[in-house]
Amino acid sequence: MVDQATLANVFWFTLAAYLTLSIFSFLYKDNPFYRLAEHLIVGLSAGYWIAILWHTSLKDLWLYPLVDNSVALFSGDFRAVEIWRLSLNVIPGVLGLFMFLRFFPKIGWLSRWPIAFYLAISAGVSLPLYLQSFTVEQMRASMIPLTGNPWEIFCNLIVIAGTICGLAYFYFSMEHKGLVGGMAKFGVWVLMIGFGSTFGYTVMSRISLLIGRFRFLIDWCTLVVNYFK
Amino acid sequence: MRREIPLLIVFVFGIFMMFQYFVPHRVSSDIYQELNNWTIIIGIFTMVIGIGSLLSVHYSRIRFKEDGWWYSIVTIVAMVGMALVGLIGGVNNDLFLNLYRFGLAPVTSTMFALLAFFIASAAYRAFRARTVLSTLLLLAAVVVMLGRVPVGEFLTNGLPEPLRLSKISEFLLYVPNTAAKRAIYIGVGLGVAAVSLKIILGIERTWLGGDGGK
Repeated sequence: MVDQATLANVFWFTLAAYLTLSIFSFLYKDNPFYRLAEHLIVGLSAGYWIAILWHTSLKDLWLYPLVDNSVALFSGDFRAVEIWRLSLNVIPGVLGLFMFLRFFPKIGWLSRWPIAFYLAISAGVSLPLYLQSFTVEQMRASMIPLTGNPWEIFCNLIVIAGTICGLAYFYFSMEHKGLVGGMAKFGVWVLMIGFGSTFGYTVMSRISLLIGRFRFLIDWCTLVVNYFK
Repeated sequence: MRREIPLLIVFVFGIFMMFQYFVPHRVSSDIYQELNNWTIIIGIFTMVIGIGSLLSVHYSRIRFKEDGWWYSIVTIVAMVGMALVGLIGGVNNDLFLNLYRFGLAPVTSTMFALLAFFIASAAYRAFRARTVLSTLLLLAAVVVMLGRVPVGEFLTNGLPEPLRLSKISEFLLYVPNTAAKRAIYIGVGLGVAAVSLKIILGIERTWLGGDGGK
Protein backbone atom coordinates (compact mmCIF):
# COMPACT_ATOMS: atom_id res chain seq x y z
CA MET A 1 0.00 0.00 0.00
CA VAL A 2 1.60 3.27 -1.14
CA ASP A 3 1.26 6.29 1.18
CA GLN A 4 -0.16 9.62 0.04
CA ALA A 5 2.19 11.42 -2.36
CA THR A 6 3.11 14.43 -0.17
CA LEU A 7 6.51 16.12 -0.07
CA ALA A 8 7.14 14.79 3.46
CA ASN A 9 6.31 11.22 2.39
CA VAL A 10 8.52 11.54 -0.69
CA PHE A 11 11.39 12.73 1.54
CA TRP A 12 11.05 9.92 4.11
CA PHE A 13 10.51 7.18 1.49
CA THR A 14 13.51 8.46 -0.48
CA LEU A 15 15.66 8.37 2.65
CA ALA A 16 14.58 4.78 3.34
CA ALA A 17 15.13 3.79 -0.31
CA TYR A 18 18.60 5.40 -0.27
CA LEU A 19 19.52 3.46 2.88
CA THR A 20 18.08 0.22 1.46
CA LEU A 21 20.08 0.59 -1.77
CA SER A 22 23.20 1.55 0.22
CA ILE A 23 22.97 -1.68 2.20
CA PHE A 24 22.36 -3.73 -0.98
CA SER A 25 25.46 -2.11 -2.53
CA PHE A 26 27.55 -4.30 -0.19
CA LEU A 27 26.72 -7.23 -2.48
CA TYR A 28 29.15 -5.68 -4.96
CA LYS A 29 31.83 -4.79 -2.40
CA ASP A 30 32.46 -2.66 0.69
CA ASN A 31 31.93 0.97 -0.35
CA PRO A 32 31.36 4.45 1.16
CA PHE A 33 27.55 4.27 0.74
CA TYR A 34 27.37 1.06 2.74
CA ARG A 35 29.74 2.35 5.42
CA LEU A 36 27.77 5.58 5.76
CA ALA A 37 24.49 3.65 6.18
CA GLU A 38 26.16 1.26 8.62
CA HIS A 39 27.52 4.06 10.83
CA LEU A 40 24.27 5.98 10.61
CA ILE A 41 22.35 2.98 11.84
CA VAL A 42 24.72 2.31 14.74
CA GLY A 43 24.13 5.89 15.90
CA LEU A 44 20.37 5.86 15.31
CA SER A 45 20.02 2.52 17.06
CA ALA A 46 21.95 3.68 20.15
CA GLY A 47 19.95 6.93 20.25
CA TYR A 48 16.70 5.01 19.83
CA TRP A 49 17.42 2.77 22.82
CA ILE A 50 18.51 5.71 24.98
CA ALA A 51 15.13 7.37 24.40
CA ILE A 52 13.11 4.15 24.73
CA LEU A 53 14.79 3.06 27.97
CA TRP A 54 14.52 6.54 29.43
CA HIS A 55 10.79 6.77 28.78
CA THR A 56 9.75 3.17 29.41
CA SER A 57 11.98 2.23 32.34
CA LEU A 58 14.39 4.65 33.93
CA LYS A 59 12.04 7.63 34.29
CA ASP A 60 9.02 5.90 35.82
CA LEU A 61 10.71 3.02 37.59
CA TRP A 62 13.53 4.91 39.21
CA LEU A 63 14.22 8.58 38.60
CA TYR A 64 10.84 10.26 39.14
CA PRO A 65 9.91 8.37 42.35
CA LEU A 66 13.44 9.00 43.65
CA VAL A 67 13.42 12.71 42.81
CA ASP A 68 9.85 13.26 44.08
CA ASN A 69 10.59 11.58 47.41
CA SER A 70 13.97 13.27 47.80
CA VAL A 71 12.45 16.72 47.10
CA ALA A 72 9.68 16.04 49.66
CA LEU A 73 12.22 14.82 52.21
CA PHE A 74 14.54 17.79 51.88
CA SER A 75 11.73 20.35 51.75
CA GLY A 76 10.42 19.04 55.09
CA ASP A 77 7.14 17.72 53.67
CA PHE A 78 7.48 14.42 55.54
CA ARG A 79 3.87 13.35 54.99
CA ALA A 80 4.51 13.19 51.23
CA VAL A 81 7.62 11.07 51.64
CA GLU A 82 7.24 7.37 50.88
CA ILE A 83 10.28 6.36 52.86
CA TRP A 84 9.96 2.69 51.85
CA ARG A 85 9.79 3.62 48.16
CA LEU A 86 12.73 6.01 48.56
CA SER A 87 14.90 3.35 50.20
CA LEU A 88 13.97 0.80 47.56
CA ASN A 89 14.95 3.24 44.80
CA VAL A 90 18.27 4.14 46.36
CA ILE A 91 19.58 0.55 46.31
CA PRO A 92 19.51 -0.11 42.51
CA GLY A 93 20.84 3.42 41.96
CA VAL A 94 23.81 2.76 44.24
CA LEU A 95 24.37 -0.68 42.65
CA GLY A 96 24.17 0.91 39.20
CA LEU A 97 26.71 3.56 40.16
CA PHE A 98 28.99 0.80 41.48
CA MET A 99 29.27 -0.41 37.87
CA PHE A 100 31.29 2.72 37.09
CA LEU A 101 33.82 1.82 39.78
CA ARG A 102 35.40 -0.55 37.24
CA PHE A 103 37.26 2.52 35.98
CA PHE A 104 38.97 3.00 39.37
CA PRO A 105 41.38 0.08 39.88
CA LYS A 106 41.64 0.44 43.68
CA ILE A 107 37.91 0.08 44.31
CA GLY A 108 37.07 -1.70 41.04
CA TRP A 109 36.13 -4.86 42.96
CA LEU A 110 32.95 -3.11 44.16
CA SER A 111 31.61 -3.38 40.61
CA ARG A 112 31.19 -7.11 41.31
CA TRP A 113 28.24 -6.36 43.58
CA PRO A 114 25.82 -5.26 40.85
CA ILE A 115 27.12 -8.06 38.61
CA ALA A 116 26.48 -10.52 41.45
CA PHE A 117 22.97 -9.17 41.92
CA TYR A 118 22.23 -9.34 38.20
CA LEU A 119 23.56 -12.90 37.98
CA ALA A 120 21.61 -13.96 41.07
CA ILE A 121 18.32 -12.73 39.66
CA SER A 122 19.01 -14.23 36.20
CA ALA A 123 20.15 -17.59 37.58
CA GLY A 124 17.36 -17.76 40.18
CA VAL A 125 14.68 -16.97 37.60
CA SER A 126 16.17 -19.18 34.87
CA LEU A 127 16.55 -22.34 36.92
CA PRO A 128 12.87 -23.23 37.53
CA LEU A 129 11.69 -21.47 34.38
CA TYR A 130 13.98 -23.34 31.97
CA LEU A 131 13.45 -26.65 33.75
CA GLN A 132 9.71 -26.14 33.45
CA SER A 133 9.39 -24.83 29.91
CA PHE A 134 12.38 -26.44 28.21
CA THR A 135 12.63 -29.79 29.96
CA VAL A 136 9.38 -30.78 31.69
CA GLU A 137 7.06 -29.32 29.04
CA GLN A 138 9.06 -30.81 26.16
CA MET A 139 9.03 -34.21 27.85
CA ARG A 140 5.31 -33.90 28.48
CA ALA A 141 4.73 -32.95 24.82
CA SER A 142 6.70 -36.03 23.72
CA MET A 143 4.45 -38.39 25.69
CA ILE A 144 1.94 -38.70 22.89
CA PRO A 145 -0.53 -41.56 22.36
CA LEU A 146 0.23 -44.05 19.61
CA THR A 147 -3.35 -44.08 18.34
CA GLY A 148 -5.19 -42.84 15.25
CA ASN A 149 -4.51 -43.77 11.64
CA PRO A 150 -1.25 -45.57 10.71
CA TRP A 151 0.32 -42.35 9.38
CA GLU A 152 -0.30 -40.49 12.66
CA ILE A 153 1.10 -43.43 14.64
CA PHE A 154 4.19 -43.46 12.38
CA CYS A 155 4.73 -39.69 12.81
CA ASN A 156 4.30 -39.89 16.59
CA LEU A 157 6.73 -42.81 16.73
CA ILE A 158 9.33 -40.80 14.81
CA VAL A 159 8.87 -37.87 17.22
CA ILE A 160 9.24 -40.10 20.31
CA ALA A 161 12.14 -42.16 18.93
CA GLY A 162 13.82 -39.05 17.44
CA THR A 163 13.67 -37.19 20.76
CA ILE A 164 15.03 -40.11 22.80
CA CYS A 165 17.74 -40.93 20.24
CA GLY A 166 18.65 -37.25 19.86
CA LEU A 167 19.18 -37.11 23.62
CA ALA A 168 21.24 -40.31 23.41
CA TYR A 169 23.56 -38.55 20.95
CA PHE A 170 24.21 -35.81 23.55
CA TYR A 171 24.75 -38.35 26.33
CA PHE A 172 28.50 -38.58 26.77
CA SER A 173 28.64 -40.48 30.07
CA MET A 174 28.55 -43.78 28.15
CA GLU A 175 30.56 -44.82 25.15
CA HIS A 176 28.50 -44.71 21.96
CA LYS A 177 28.62 -48.46 21.33
CA GLY A 178 25.99 -51.17 21.02
CA LEU A 179 22.42 -50.03 21.76
CA VAL A 180 23.48 -46.52 22.83
CA GLY A 181 25.65 -46.26 19.71
CA GLY A 182 22.76 -47.26 17.45
CA MET A 183 20.42 -44.81 19.18
CA ALA A 184 23.03 -42.04 18.90
CA LYS A 185 23.43 -42.80 15.19
CA PHE A 186 19.69 -42.56 14.55
CA GLY A 187 19.65 -39.45 16.79
CA VAL A 188 22.27 -37.66 14.72
CA TRP A 189 20.31 -38.45 11.53
CA VAL A 190 17.21 -36.89 13.05
CA LEU A 191 19.26 -33.90 14.22
CA MET A 192 20.74 -33.41 10.73
CA ILE A 193 17.30 -33.53 9.10
CA GLY A 194 16.10 -31.07 11.76
CA PHE A 195 19.04 -28.70 11.14
CA GLY A 196 18.51 -28.94 7.37
CA SER A 197 14.79 -28.12 7.71
CA THR A 198 15.52 -25.21 10.04
CA PHE A 199 18.15 -23.93 7.63
CA GLY A 200 15.75 -24.15 4.68
CA TYR A 201 13.04 -22.42 6.67
CA THR A 202 15.44 -19.62 7.72
CA VAL A 203 16.57 -19.08 4.13
CA MET A 204 12.94 -18.80 3.03
CA SER A 205 12.21 -16.23 5.77
CA ARG A 206 15.20 -14.17 4.61
CA ILE A 207 13.98 -14.46 1.01
CA SER A 208 10.56 -13.16 2.05
CA LEU A 209 12.31 -10.21 3.76
CA LEU A 210 14.20 -9.62 0.50
CA ILE A 211 10.95 -9.64 -1.46
CA GLY A 212 9.56 -7.17 1.10
CA ARG A 213 12.47 -4.80 0.47
CA PHE A 214 11.98 -5.02 -3.32
CA ARG A 215 8.27 -4.32 -2.86
CA PHE A 216 9.21 -1.28 -0.78
CA LEU A 217 11.46 -0.02 -3.59
CA ILE A 218 8.59 -0.45 -6.08
CA ASP A 219 6.30 1.47 -3.67
CA TRP A 220 8.90 4.22 -3.44
CA CYS A 221 9.13 4.50 -7.25
CA THR A 222 5.32 4.65 -7.47
CA LEU A 223 5.18 7.36 -4.80
CA VAL A 224 7.81 9.51 -6.51
CA VAL A 225 6.15 9.10 -9.93
CA ASN A 226 2.75 10.01 -8.42
CA TYR A 227 4.23 13.10 -6.75
CA PHE A 228 5.80 14.46 -9.93
CA LYS A 229 2.90 13.48 -12.20
CA MET B 1 35.28 -9.15 51.47
CA ARG B 2 36.10 -8.85 47.77
CA ARG B 3 34.83 -12.32 46.97
CA GLU B 4 32.63 -13.24 49.91
CA ILE B 5 30.07 -10.44 49.63
CA PRO B 6 29.41 -10.96 45.88
CA LEU B 7 29.12 -14.73 46.48
CA LEU B 8 26.70 -14.09 49.36
CA ILE B 9 24.61 -11.74 47.19
CA VAL B 10 24.42 -14.40 44.47
CA PHE B 11 23.46 -17.10 46.97
CA VAL B 12 20.80 -15.15 48.88
CA PHE B 13 19.05 -13.53 45.91
CA GLY B 14 19.49 -16.61 43.71
CA ILE B 15 17.88 -18.92 46.27
CA PHE B 16 15.07 -16.42 46.86
CA MET B 17 14.30 -16.04 43.15
CA MET B 18 14.41 -19.81 42.71
CA PHE B 19 11.91 -20.51 45.48
CA GLN B 20 9.59 -17.59 44.87
CA TYR B 21 8.61 -19.34 41.60
CA PHE B 22 6.79 -21.91 43.75
CA VAL B 23 5.14 -19.40 46.12
CA PRO B 24 1.96 -17.97 44.58
CA HIS B 25 1.57 -15.24 47.23
CA ARG B 26 1.19 -11.50 46.64
CA VAL B 27 4.16 -10.60 48.87
CA SER B 28 6.38 -13.03 46.98
CA SER B 29 5.31 -11.70 43.58
CA ASP B 30 5.70 -8.07 44.77
CA ILE B 31 9.28 -8.71 45.88
CA TYR B 32 9.93 -10.54 42.60
CA GLN B 33 8.62 -7.54 40.67
CA GLU B 34 10.71 -5.08 42.71
CA LEU B 35 13.89 -7.13 42.23
CA ASN B 36 13.17 -7.42 38.53
CA ASN B 37 12.85 -3.63 38.34
CA TRP B 38 16.22 -3.32 40.05
CA THR B 39 17.83 -5.50 37.39
CA ILE B 40 16.30 -3.27 34.70
CA ILE B 41 17.69 -0.16 36.42
CA ILE B 42 21.16 -1.70 36.85
CA GLY B 43 20.97 -2.82 33.21
CA ILE B 44 20.36 0.78 32.14
CA PHE B 45 23.45 1.89 34.09
CA THR B 46 25.48 -0.71 32.19
CA MET B 47 24.06 0.70 28.98
CA VAL B 48 25.43 4.11 29.98
CA ILE B 49 28.87 2.47 30.15
CA GLY B 50 28.28 0.99 26.69
CA ILE B 51 27.28 4.34 25.22
CA GLY B 52 30.27 5.99 26.90
CA SER B 53 32.49 3.38 25.32
CA LEU B 54 30.91 3.92 21.86
CA LEU B 55 31.41 7.68 22.18
CA SER B 56 35.00 7.31 23.35
CA VAL B 57 35.92 4.95 20.46
CA HIS B 58 34.45 7.28 17.86
CA TYR B 59 35.83 10.41 19.53
CA SER B 60 39.35 9.00 19.44
CA ARG B 61 38.89 8.04 15.75
CA ILE B 62 37.94 11.63 14.98
CA ARG B 63 40.67 13.10 17.18
CA PHE B 64 43.47 11.10 15.58
CA LYS B 65 41.94 11.40 12.07
CA GLU B 66 41.96 7.63 11.60
CA ASP B 67 40.91 6.04 8.30
CA GLY B 68 37.22 6.82 7.67
CA TRP B 69 37.07 9.18 10.67
CA TRP B 70 34.21 11.18 9.21
CA TYR B 71 31.91 8.14 9.48
CA SER B 72 32.38 8.46 13.24
CA ILE B 73 30.93 11.98 13.05
CA VAL B 74 27.86 10.47 11.38
CA THR B 75 27.51 7.91 14.19
CA ILE B 76 27.83 10.48 16.98
CA VAL B 77 25.49 13.00 15.31
CA ALA B 78 22.91 10.28 14.59
CA MET B 79 23.06 8.98 18.17
CA VAL B 80 22.84 12.38 19.84
CA GLY B 81 20.16 13.56 17.40
CA MET B 82 17.96 10.47 17.76
CA ALA B 83 18.36 10.50 21.55
CA LEU B 84 17.49 14.20 21.83
CA VAL B 85 14.44 13.85 19.57
CA GLY B 86 13.20 10.95 21.72
CA LEU B 87 14.09 12.46 25.07
CA ILE B 88 12.61 15.89 24.38
CA GLY B 89 9.65 15.04 22.17
CA GLY B 90 8.81 11.64 23.64
CA VAL B 91 8.78 8.29 21.88
CA ASN B 92 5.45 8.96 20.16
CA ASN B 93 6.40 12.16 18.36
CA ASP B 94 6.27 12.08 14.55
CA LEU B 95 9.96 12.80 13.95
CA PHE B 96 11.09 10.02 16.27
CA LEU B 97 8.63 7.54 14.75
CA ASN B 98 9.63 8.53 11.20
CA LEU B 99 13.32 8.17 12.01
CA TYR B 100 12.52 4.68 13.26
CA ARG B 101 10.20 3.75 10.39
CA PHE B 102 12.31 5.18 7.55
CA GLY B 103 15.81 5.03 9.07
CA LEU B 104 16.24 2.17 11.47
CA ALA B 105 13.59 -0.33 10.27
CA PRO B 106 14.50 -0.44 6.55
CA VAL B 107 18.21 -0.88 7.25
CA THR B 108 17.75 -3.67 9.80
CA SER B 109 15.36 -5.57 7.54
CA THR B 110 17.63 -5.03 4.51
CA MET B 111 20.58 -6.33 6.54
CA PHE B 112 18.61 -9.50 7.31
CA ALA B 113 17.47 -9.75 3.68
CA LEU B 114 21.11 -9.47 2.62
CA LEU B 115 21.82 -12.55 4.71
CA ALA B 116 19.80 -14.57 2.17
CA PHE B 117 22.69 -14.14 -0.30
CA PHE B 118 25.40 -14.90 2.24
CA ILE B 119 23.53 -17.93 3.62
CA ALA B 120 23.22 -19.23 0.04
CA SER B 121 26.95 -18.88 -0.61
CA ALA B 122 27.82 -20.39 2.80
CA ALA B 123 25.43 -23.27 2.09
CA TYR B 124 27.12 -23.96 -1.24
CA ARG B 125 30.45 -24.36 0.54
CA ALA B 126 29.18 -26.22 3.60
CA PHE B 127 26.53 -28.52 2.17
CA ARG B 128 28.47 -30.35 -0.50
CA ALA B 129 27.25 -33.90 -0.15
CA ARG B 130 30.43 -35.59 1.03
CA THR B 131 29.02 -37.75 3.83
CA VAL B 132 25.66 -39.34 4.58
CA LEU B 133 24.98 -36.75 7.28
CA SER B 134 25.75 -33.72 5.10
CA THR B 135 23.62 -35.28 2.33
CA LEU B 136 20.71 -35.58 4.79
CA LEU B 137 21.19 -31.94 5.79
CA LEU B 138 21.34 -30.83 2.15
CA LEU B 139 18.28 -32.84 1.09
CA ALA B 140 16.17 -31.62 4.05
CA ALA B 141 17.13 -27.99 3.34
CA VAL B 142 16.42 -28.26 -0.40
CA VAL B 143 13.07 -30.00 0.13
CA VAL B 144 11.94 -27.41 2.71
CA MET B 145 13.04 -24.50 0.49
CA LEU B 146 11.35 -25.89 -2.63
CA GLY B 147 8.30 -27.07 -0.72
CA ARG B 148 7.47 -23.56 0.44
CA VAL B 149 7.46 -21.86 -2.97
CA PRO B 150 5.06 -22.24 -5.93
CA VAL B 151 7.78 -23.73 -8.15
CA GLY B 152 8.05 -26.71 -5.78
CA GLU B 153 4.32 -27.30 -6.02
CA PHE B 154 4.51 -26.92 -9.82
CA LEU B 155 7.38 -29.43 -10.14
CA THR B 156 5.58 -32.18 -8.22
CA ASN B 157 2.02 -31.40 -9.21
CA GLY B 158 1.60 -34.68 -11.12
CA LEU B 159 2.65 -36.89 -8.19
CA PRO B 160 0.27 -38.33 -5.56
CA GLU B 161 -0.39 -35.80 -2.76
CA PRO B 162 1.85 -37.39 -0.07
CA LEU B 163 4.82 -37.30 -2.46
CA ARG B 164 4.49 -33.61 -3.33
CA LEU B 165 7.30 -31.35 -2.10
CA SER B 166 4.95 -29.19 -0.04
CA LYS B 167 3.72 -32.27 1.88
CA ILE B 168 7.24 -33.68 2.39
CA SER B 169 8.40 -30.25 3.53
CA GLU B 170 5.50 -30.11 6.01
CA PHE B 171 6.41 -33.61 7.28
CA LEU B 172 10.08 -32.65 7.73
CA LEU B 173 9.20 -29.47 9.62
CA TYR B 174 6.60 -31.04 11.90
CA VAL B 175 8.05 -34.50 12.57
CA PRO B 176 11.86 -34.94 12.47
CA ASN B 177 12.43 -31.23 13.09
CA THR B 178 10.16 -31.33 16.16
CA ALA B 179 12.02 -34.40 17.48
CA ALA B 180 15.42 -32.73 16.93
CA LYS B 181 14.31 -29.48 18.58
CA ARG B 182 12.82 -31.33 21.55
CA ALA B 183 16.06 -33.22 22.15
CA ILE B 184 17.98 -29.92 21.99
CA TYR B 185 15.48 -28.05 24.21
CA ILE B 186 15.56 -30.78 26.88
CA GLY B 187 19.36 -30.55 26.85
CA VAL B 188 19.26 -26.73 26.98
CA GLY B 189 16.85 -26.82 29.95
CA LEU B 190 19.08 -29.20 31.89
CA GLY B 191 22.20 -27.22 30.95
CA VAL B 192 20.76 -23.86 32.04
CA ALA B 193 19.55 -25.40 35.32
CA ALA B 194 22.97 -26.90 36.01
CA VAL B 195 24.85 -23.67 35.23
CA SER B 196 22.38 -21.59 37.28
CA LEU B 197 22.79 -23.91 40.25
CA LYS B 198 26.58 -23.75 39.93
CA ILE B 199 26.44 -19.93 39.94
CA ILE B 200 24.05 -19.74 42.90
CA LEU B 201 26.09 -22.20 44.96
CA GLY B 202 29.34 -20.39 44.15
CA ILE B 203 30.91 -23.32 42.27
CA GLU B 204 31.08 -21.29 39.05
CA ARG B 205 33.13 -18.17 39.86
CA THR B 206 34.62 -17.06 36.55
CA TRP B 207 32.30 -14.02 36.59
CA LEU B 208 34.33 -12.68 39.54
CA GLY B 209 37.29 -12.13 37.23
CA GLY B 210 40.04 -14.14 35.60
CA ASP B 211 41.57 -15.23 38.93
CA GLY B 212 38.22 -16.10 40.49
CA GLY B 213 38.14 -12.73 42.21
CA LYS B 214 41.19 -13.10 44.46
